[in-house]
Amino acid sequence: MNNLAERVLMKGNEALAEAAIKSGCRHFFGYPITPQTEVAAYMAKRMPKIGGTYLQAESEIAAINMVLGAASAGVRVMTSSSSPGISLKTEGISYIAGSDLPCLIINVQRGGPGLGGIQPSQADYWQATRATGHGDFHILVFAPATIQEMVDLVYTAYDKADEYRMPAMILADGMLGQMMEPVEFPEKEAERKIEKPWATTGHQNKRVHNITNSLYLDPNELEQKVVERFKRYEIIKEKEPMAEEYLVEDADIVLVSFGATARIVKSAVNSARAMGIKAGMIRPITLWPFPEKAMQKAAKTASCFLSVEMSMGQMVDDVRLAVNGEKPVYFFGRTGGIIPSPAEVLGEIQKIMGGAK
Amino acid sequence: MIDSVKRITIVTGHYGSGKTNFAVNLAVDLCREGKQVVLVDLDIVNPYFRSADFKPQLTEMGIEMICPIYANTNLDIPALGADIYSVFNENDGRYIIFDVGGDDAGAAALGRYAHLIQQEEFDMLYVVNRYRYLTRHPQEALEILREIEATSRVPVTGIVNNSNLGSQTTAQDIENAIGYGLDVAALAGVPVRTVTARRDLASQMTSHPVYPVDIYVLPPWEK
Repeated sequence: MNNLAERVLMKGNEALAEAAIKSGCRHFFGYPITPQTEVAAYMAKRMPKIGGTYLQAESEIAAINMVLGAASAGVRVMTSSSSPGISLKTEGISYIAGSDLPCLIINVQRGGPGLGGIQPSQADYWQATRATGHGDFHILVFAPATIQEMVDLVYTAYDKADEYRMPAMILADGMLGQMMEPVEFPEKEAERKIEKPWATTGHQNKRVHNITNSLYLDPNELEQKVVERFKRYEIIKEKEPMAEEYLVEDADIVLVSFGATARIVKSAVNSARAMGIKAGMIRPITLWPFPEKAMQKAAKTASCFLSVEMSMGQMVDDVRLAVNGEKPVYFFGRTGGIIPSPAEVLGEIQKIMGGAK
Repeated sequence: MIDSVKRITIVTGHYGSGKTNFAVNLAVDLCREGKQVVLVDLDIVNPYFRSADFKPQLTEMGIEMICPIYANTNLDIPALGADIYSVFNENDGRYIIFDVGGDDAGAAALGRYAHLIQQEEFDMLYVVNRYRYLTRHPQEALEILREIEATSRVPVTGIVNNSNLGSQTTAQDIENAIGYGLDVAALAGVPVRTVTARRDLASQMTSHPVYPVDIYVLPPWEK
């Protein structure tokens, strides 16, 4: 972020779209929904100018199956939606995961359940990390907190999706999608080309057919496929967790928070410090794989944890699993599209630490 | 800026150019001058960051607000109320500011009032920000300006150079964008009506007169 001339002011949704284009994505299939519509609108404007494909499908289900098709051909492809639309896409996501195909899915979350609302939310955490469809599988889930990080994580998500042959998701929220911040687009240095010998690009009588498929009627073969996939997940869990740690080293209370909420929490942590309360924050950047080790390390020194989310408490489950009973884990959240205020979070810190002192 | 405001001011521009923030500043400043002000939220395109968000504080100051009937409610219907017609009366004495939605899509809502607007003197201001991704070049900004004019059937009369990088803006950033504003104006054949600068930066701007603005549109952690 040092070259001022290169910085531009962008909405989160626009930045996601442009970052995908810069990452080599030339195929976008989607269906409009607030608060992510600018992703599609931006793609509709840009794709025809750069020889790409923008297609507004007849439904979310159609869109995700187009992604399945494009991913089979080995191209970088993306779809984007908001919560209810992602629910519609889950069948296709499961097929893509079951076919070992890379793609990028954007979820700019809004309040739920059902049609819910159009204001920011993080209530799709469970869906993103546990069940983006039926069957035994995971997808990579990245949670940016700034517009610049949205850009950076789109690059990373594409690379990791290709490397591990699996779908990746950017889990954002309506606040990040709609707000504007200065960003810079790193020019990709000689792109680390990931070969895709499995892609269905036409054999031209020079090789055997490539087949992408998630149907295995022989249970032995299916079990073997799933077990192989889970071996890959173990490598990912070892190598890929990402988290930001803020004033954790000497913290008595460690707040855990992701996405836009983490910025509110950071502001509350600063206020708590100013009052003499040793607060810190761990911000998971990857939600799957969850940065368990960062939690476990903090559990050795901190006296308690407080997970703050725009939901009734979902990531707090992963914090509890990681901390494994070593220290108390508290929760504070607002839901339905309400964004917690820094003052509310500070109030929770005071409530907990007042009792603990 | 404030001395030359016409009775009707329409604020248009690219998505995220800072239309709402500029419109709210104008309304507040006119109100502080003792004028009767009506702020009309005409944005039926984007439900986020809109004039209607500031209704309680603006109404308390004495600014009258007309918002899309269902703005910020459970009904997602882009309906504009009949009360908007009440502002088109030359002898009314109130100052009217229209905060229009982004791009030509947002400007479409303006079209039905085009004939009424042009019955008297008005300003149709086109807000530009040199640092917005798709309007970095004057030619790109001009394209959107022309699309807005075509859709709304109201001609742009002036440019508001609102170039900024959000909370990271420096006085230098604003200086560096002055030429850009002039280029857009020259291409469009209209004057630059004003250059805005966040109030704390305005004092550092020595080479060029600026219109100091307060930032109303903020994310929750900066409030």
